[in-house]
Amino acid sequence: MRRRAIPLAALAVLVVGAPVSAQEAAPGEDVYDRWCAGCHGAEGEGDGPAAGTMLPRPRDFTTAQYQVRSTPSGALPTDADILHVIDEGMPGTAMPGWKDQLSEEQRQDLVDVLKGFSTFFESEEPAEPIDAGSPTGGGEEAVAAGREIYEKIECWKCHGRQGRGDGTSAPTLEDEDGLPIRAADLTEGWHFNGGSSVEAIFTRFRTGMNGTPMPSFSDLIEAEVVTEDELWQVAHFVKSLSPETPRVSEVVRAALLEEGELPTAVDDERWSEVERFYVPLVGQIIEEPRWFAPSVDGVWVQALHDGEELVVLLSWNDPSRSPDPAWDEWTARIEAAMSGEVLPAGAAAVGVADTAPAAVDSLPAGAPADPAVAGASQTGPTEPPAGGLAIGRPYDSLVVQFPTAIPGGMERPYFLMGGADDPVYLWVWGSGREGALEAAGHGFGDVRPLGGESILTAAAEYADGQWRLLVRRPLSGPEAEHRLQLGPGRAIPMAIFAWDGSNGESGKKGSISTWYFLYLDRPSGKGVYVWPALATLLTAGLGLALVARAQRRSREGADVT
Amino acid sequence: MDLSMKRFVSLAVAALIVGCGGGADDTGGEAADDAAGAGETAGPVVNPDSAGTITGVVSFEGTPPAPEPIDMAEEPTCAEKYTEPPVKEAAVVSDGNLANVYVYVKEGLPDLDFPAPSEGVTLDQTGCHYVPHVLAIQVGQPLVIKNSDGILHNINTQPSQNRGFNISQPVEMETEREFSTAEVMIPVKCDVHGWMEAYIGVQDHPYAAISGTDGTFSLENLPAGDYVIEAWHESFGTQTQNVTVGAQETQEITFTFSGEMAGLPVPLGEPLVLHADHAGVK
Repeated sequence: MRRRAIPLAALAVLVVGAPVSAQEAAPGEDVYDRWCAGCHGAEGEGDGPAAGTMLPRPRDFTTAQYQVRSTPSGALPTDADILHVIDEGMPGTAMPGWKDQLSEEQRQDLVDVLKGFSTFFESEEPAEPIDAGSPTGGGEEAVAAGREIYEKIECWKCHGRQGRGDGTSAPTLEDEDGLPIRAADLTEGWHFNGGSSVEAIFTRFRTGMNGTPMPSFSDLIEAEVVTEDELWQVAHFVKSLSPETPRVSEVVRAALLEEGELPTAVDDERWSEVERFYVPLVGQIIEEPRWFAPSVDGVWVQALHDGEELVVLLSWNDPSRSPDPAWDEWTARIEAAMSGEVLPAGAAAVGVADTAPAAVDSLPAGAPADPAVAGASQTGPTEPPAGGLAIGRPYDSLVVQFPTAIPGGMERPYFLMGGADDPVYLWVWGSGREGALEAAGHGFGDVRPLGGESILTAAAEYADGQWRLLVRRPLSGPEAEHRLQLGPGRAIPMAIFAWDGSNGESGKKGSISTWYFLYLDRPSGKGVYVWPALATLLTAGLGLALVARAQRRSREGADVT
Repeated sequence: MDLSMKRFVSLAVAALIVGCGGGADDTGGEAADDAAGAGETAGPVVNPDSAGTITGVVSFEGTPPAPEPIDMAEEPTCAEKYTEPPVKEAAVVSDGNLANVYVYVKEGLPDLDFPAPSEGVTLDQTGCHYVPHVLAIQVGQPLVIKNSDGILHNINTQPSQNRGFNISQPVEMETEREFSTAEVMIPVKCDVHGWMEAYIGVQDHPYAAISGTDGTFSLENLPAGDYVIEAWHESFGTQTQNVTVGAQETQEITFTFSGEMAGLPVPLGEPLVLHADHAGVK
């Protein structure tokens, strides 16, 4: 038995041992294969199995074009630059940060693996990092000066006047592979690739972002068109455009307005005093067709009520006021980019006239028997049929979702537009029609207007890459099937959906949120002050009485003895 | 072999490689006085008595595709400079002659070092339009990028053999860059004005020319020998011809492009050599 086992074992080793053992693999390769190859591809070409679902695409390491660097435009990154991106990720993309997941040694090894994918690291001189130095200036003066320079050097051509990525050149932007790419929304600093500190922003100005339309501005300093201080001012200005990372609260509070009229206009000055809540949105990736390139990534909500009526102001960023012919080309390019076929490098934009519109999974509006209420799918920038819901393409749309009755416990309808047996109550707004409709949702494919008279009043305004929508509703409305009755002092589940028509969004291709809560403040009666005071007095009184009694007892005891 | 023997052999091999692979030679040759760019006299490197010339015409057969109009509405500063609506230059044909063809010596040059001219080649942005549309330049020769419009342009080059760059010019200004490796062709675009495009051909020798509107080109002061000449056009692809030039001889050649050639893949730089093998694996 033994004698035969040895040749058998040798044979087994020859066969099984032929693939190289882990000790001979270059360090980091097993980490790369496990954690990186799924997106970046086995050979680092940015063509992993998950790559087609992402925009921007995962980096192709073979061209050695790195976006976030400390080196001049076009130059190779330093090792520290590559490590920085592995550690922190790229917040504007699907690339996560790995510093909590992988050890320092593993991450250092990965730097060498990534460099190994491109011969440029062998043939090119290593690049000198730009020494940004420390920020100069700051404060309101710097921000104001920075805004002027932002205007003068025309950053707004791509980034828009208020920085929301809605510039006139924005619709035609392409990355190094000819795929559609967005000018960064400068009001969302938490999404900046490379970070949102003033130093990080300034460094991006100096280095540009290889592979994207964002150029380097270093030559302007050499040519004395701007000084370094002035570039720092622009950095301060850009930083000032974003709030700190928005606090996401599970409960959106509608404060009670005890005196005066509720605001009825979107730009009423009193809105600046009302607390803002941020509801983050993500692409709908639960039901087919899944949508991985959503436009709207959050809605700011402010709400007020006076015991009779509720008014809600919703603000969200959208680079286009859809439908907008300037963005027609973008719509076609996004559809091609997300269709599962990766465009060849340098592919030109496809003209809209040549592209048959993709089959759109839309929210059909109304009962089938009602001919006045047509489906929402559109093949072009046409007016919605009268009575149609016009959700999504080619229009921008927003839907606020509630249950049909305030639940007693934590049960809520299915958050994606409800279900057949568990419907939801919806406020539906689209840029194609005036006002907002009430509707009932029985799932994504089945949204029906409530019919009868709408008790909603709505007004919307678009400016500089932002929609602001004001919706008013009496707390108690006439009883109707699926209509939610609102009231103070209860946590009312609320979710928000949004569509950017120019981004080809409609139906399930859009942005969604999970359930949050809307809470209408209860009027604070005088009891709030009286009862605690009474309770304090009573407790104090009882306590004193007890102590007095105990002291008397001990005195009596002392007398006796 | 034991370990120390292995080490010695690796060292020896490394020394051999380092010793034999020369660094960039500095020929010390002076650039020609009137060298304004590739295609001009090569200067003292080539003896004119033993050199010849290749001239020719690039013609176009058939009906050229209609020029694509450019909508400059988003940039009134540029739009108003045009009396006739501006068009793209993907195929500029006049009287059967094709312009903007990059003609160059692909193979056959003797092993000479052609120093980069110190005088630069200018790429101008005027009327939101690159002038010239196709440009020939030598390795190490300055590329002078000029903004004559005084509005924001960015100059975004996307080579595959060279390191590119993407720089901003928001006012009238000039910036210089250079390329380190021969490459046919490097696309240049402006992201602010998406219709702007140009192409740059880089050679480590001066024998490259761009055909004019009359289709003519000329490669002068070529050492006598057998050459492969290639003609590149952005819409109609590449063609090559073998040409033998004798001393003091002028050879005339013709390239003919036609509409059927549109849609064929147009080479833009050699495919990159992908990553070197990982140590021993795969």
